[in-house]
Amino acid sequence: MIDVTDARKYYGDFTALDDVSLSIPAGSLTALLGPSGSGKSTLLRSIAGLETLDAGRVVISGDDVTDVPPQKRGIGFVFQHYAAFKHMTVRDNVAFGLTIRKRPKNEINRKVDELLEIVGLGGLQKRYPAQLSGGQRQRMALARALAVDPQVLLLDEPFGALDAKVRADLRQWLRRLHDEVHVTTVLVTHDQEEALDVADQIAVLNKGRIEQIGAPEDLYERPVNDFVMSFLGSVAKIGPHLVRPHDLRLERALERWSPEERAEMEPSKATVGRVVRLGFEVRVDLLDEAGERLSAEITRRDDERLALKAGDVVYVRPVRALPPEEAFPALAM
Amino acid sequence: MTSTTQKRQKPSAGTLILRTIALVYLFVLLAVPIGLILYRTFANGIGPFIDSITTPAAISAFNLSLLLVAIAVPLNVVFGVITSLALVRGRFPGRKLLQAVVDLPFAVSPIVVGVALILLWGRDGWFGGLETLGIKVIYGIPGMALATIFVTLPFVVREVEPVLREIGNDQEQAAATLGANPWQTFWRITLPSIRWGLTYGIVLTVARALGEFGAVIMVSSGFPGVSQTLTLLVHARYIDDHNTYGAYAAATLLMGLAMLTLLLMTLLDRKRSHS
Repeated sequence: MIDVTDARKYYGDFTALDDVSLSIPAGSLTALLGPSGSGKSTLLRSIAGLETLDAGRVVISGDDVTDVPPQKRGIGFVFQHYAAFKHMTVRDNVAFGLTIRKRPKNEINRKVDELLEIVGLGGLQKRYPAQLSGGQRQRMALARALAVDPQVLLLDEPFGALDAKVRADLRQWLRRLHDEVHVTTVLVTHDQEEALDVADQIAVLNKGRIEQIGAPEDLYERPVNDFVMSFLGSVAKIGPHLVRPHDLRLERALERWSPEERAEMEPSKATVGRVVRLGFEVRVDLLDEAGERLSAEITRRDDERLALKAGDVVYVRPVRALPPEEAFPALAM
Repeated sequence: MTSTTQKRQKPSAGTLILRTIALVYLFVLLAVPIGLILYRTFANGIGPFIDSITTPAAISAFNLSLLLVAIAVPLNVVFGVITSLALVRGRFPGRKLLQAVVDLPFAVSPIVVGVALILLWGRDGWFGGLETLGIKVIYGIPGMALATIFVTLPFVVREVEPVLREIGNDQEQAAATLGANPWQTFWRITLPSIRWGLTYGIVLTVARALGEFGAVIMVSSGFPGVSQTLTLLVHARYIDDHNTYGAYAAATLLMGLAMLTLLLMTLLDRKRSHS
């Protein structure tokens, strides 16, 4: 559906995209995830035609659009700061693309009303963007982008300027909308929770390159390197290994592990620093024998059984043994 | 906005003194002179005023002033908007230089502008050849138009540029992704967004074009009824003709024109933003 091949983009000495290739299947919702400066926004804007690539091709639905201006690419774009047309009403904002295409007025009105209903802004046709909340403005921007029936919908940190609660609501809503409308969607975000929550496919970018691309659970469970592992969630370091904090088992006695388990990987000794009880989850901050800090997440039940408090000495071992060469299967290949 | 949301407090003595000083300052410097001219003009009723501004010389001066405005405003609007866009969006060498050049008319005394124009367009100037072809620039209307355009050049740019900078290009990019070509984007998005800055720039341009004296007097032949603007007429009546009342009347007409411009622009803008 969208194919980017060998994309390169430089800003002076800075390499924004370093030979990126990416394939986005039709009807999917793909998240481009990465820290700021990783090239995720540049990649999205290059798909839209708002940036010109220094090298590489962009193909949308089989058409090479590399040299096509944005207005002819058949895309819908949503900006982080809404880019609402401030001098137009909500109705005129949403109608903009259709007015440009000189569609009949009754068709435009029908379509605008329908879209505003879908995004939950029915009845606000005559308002101006300044009279809407941030979340409402972004939903208006989404309706505006959808009005022209784009082949692909591109969202550049669409919820980045909103507060946490509105953000979580809107991303749930976006996922439901996507399931209804089925338009191929690419979402740029630096928030791993957002990506894991809404996307079918996640591409993790770092320093202008794609580190890994795959389904959310694949990336979370089988990250190809430390960067992807750390970026997709919290990690704890056990010797040379990075593991998820909830994949650590704590015991007061070594005998709680079977001899086979101990033969496979010996639990290590650590001192409890602080025990934080966050509802069902309990976070235990530890200091290992090498003086390294790590955190384990255990269940409330385990916490009650172990009755840990600061200063206690415990043994810690990953739930699954991770010999170094098998730690990251993809790297071992 | 903030004053309505904040709790009203009783102003302290210091605040009251400062306010009084500010008001007296404005009154003495602005209200008194303008009021005095209005008083002198209408002290004997409206009759003498009408007589004084309907002499052939006055009518000609009125028309010439409007003509200069009609030449300078459209040119400065078109080139001012293009220059602002180039300054804000452009990435070309010499942008800093252009910034400085735009401010030149503010920095240079209008008299110098007049002298420069004579050097350039006068009989012995670089483009003096035009005069031998029968096109009279200096001491003719083209010269006065050039002088007016020169001194009013920065207003539109200086009002529009900060607005352009503030709105950024998100809206224009959004319009592009929705299918608008650059021309449609300019008319539907950019122009309405800079409307306020442009309006104010036009008002300032009109006011300055009407009031310009130094640059225009250098390149005008100064013949009453031929190449006298309203501003030059005020000067000529007062200094040359010792017709002080005529000078007051012409000055009042000049002020009236400026007020009318301001009023018209405000009304136009209100109408447009409500349509």
